[in-house]
Amino acid sequence: MAKIIVVTSGKGGVGKTTSAAAIATGLALRGNKTVVIDFDVGLRNLDLIMGCERRVVYDLVNVIQGEAGLNQALIRDKRSENLHILPASQTRDKDALTLEGVETILGSLSEEFDYIICDSPAGIERGAQLALYFADEAIVVTNPEVSSVRDSDRILGLLSSKSRRAEQNREPIKEHLLVTRYNPNRVDDGDMLNLDDICEILAINLIGLIPESEAVLRSSNQGVPVIHDDKSDAGQAYADTVSRLMGEDVPLRFQHVPKRGLISRMFGGGGRR
Amino acid sequence: MKLLEFLKGERKKSASVAKERLQIIVAHQRGHRGQPDYMPMLEQELLEVIRRYVKVDQDAINISLDSEDDCSVLELNVTLPNRD
Repeated sequence: MAKIIVVTSGKGGVGKTTSAAAIATGLALRGNKTVVIDFDVGLRNLDLIMGCERRVVYDLVNVIQGEAGLNQALIRDKRSENLHILPASQTRDKDALTLEGVETILGSLSEEFDYIICDSPAGIERGAQLALYFADEAIVVTNPEVSSVRDSDRILGLLSSKSRRAEQNREPIKEHLLVTRYNPNRVDDGDMLNLDDICEILAINLIGLIPESEAVLRSSNQGVPVIHDDKSDAGQAYADTVSRLMGEDVPLRFQHVPKRGLISRMFGGGGRR
Repeated sequence: MKLLEFLKGERKKSASVAKERLQIIVAHQRGHRGQPDYMPMLEQELLEVIRRYVKVDQDAINISLDSEDDCSVLELNVTLPNRD
């Protein structure tokens, strides 16, 4: 039985797809059979971030409507044989997704994989609700910014009321907070919400902290999930997040501005802002 | 620039303003969580009925739905103005 994890946020542009790609890749690199599904029908982008956009033949909607088999639509990742991608449709409208169709697909994938990562579209409409409906766990991606935090709280409301686990009165979805685009310099200046405040307001467990990083854009330009860039701060932060998701106790990094040594203070010029 | 700000007196940091605003809005959102979709409409219409008889403010009415075991309780709280 696979564990179904939805990556969601409410607000757009906070790093859902980047995070879904990085976390799915990380899980696969650690030996788990993993599939990552793009639920953003009409505006697919996971394929670009994963670097497989030219290998898309069939998509999620084709499978739901019986125009292709699941194995025809699954794309095997170039870099990890444990990882598969199920792309969203580019052309169909979002009503093409049905609850029954999604349930059937997740059911078949569940037999073959250890982890199913659902990359949710933005918003709280149908697509987002379908992405989270069958989840066992949820990663709520949040930026240290008022609209993102508020929307995350709305999503937490949906997770606790509009999911299958909620409707069947089963154990609730396990909710994790993933804070992305964190800039400790701005936090120190008092111009960015700090991590403790975000955790206090949303009142859910923190699974990871991803610093604002140049590596993220560099990676998406190249279509290589940022977790492969293991020299980068964001890559390492995602690797830590994956370890925690697998139940390991890993200390939190990148929360504070690194202390600068004497040499860099003398010759390094001004601190980056 | 920092010195100038210091001399003018410490301005309130924007992050703490953000935190306060979020705490209020999130508490408000959570109050409405799990309620049926018709609640805002019901609240509005009840307010209109009450206003036909008594002059009350928009925020003087508070409505909530609590479920216990096999029964639900609709609680309506109206703060009436002082009679002068």
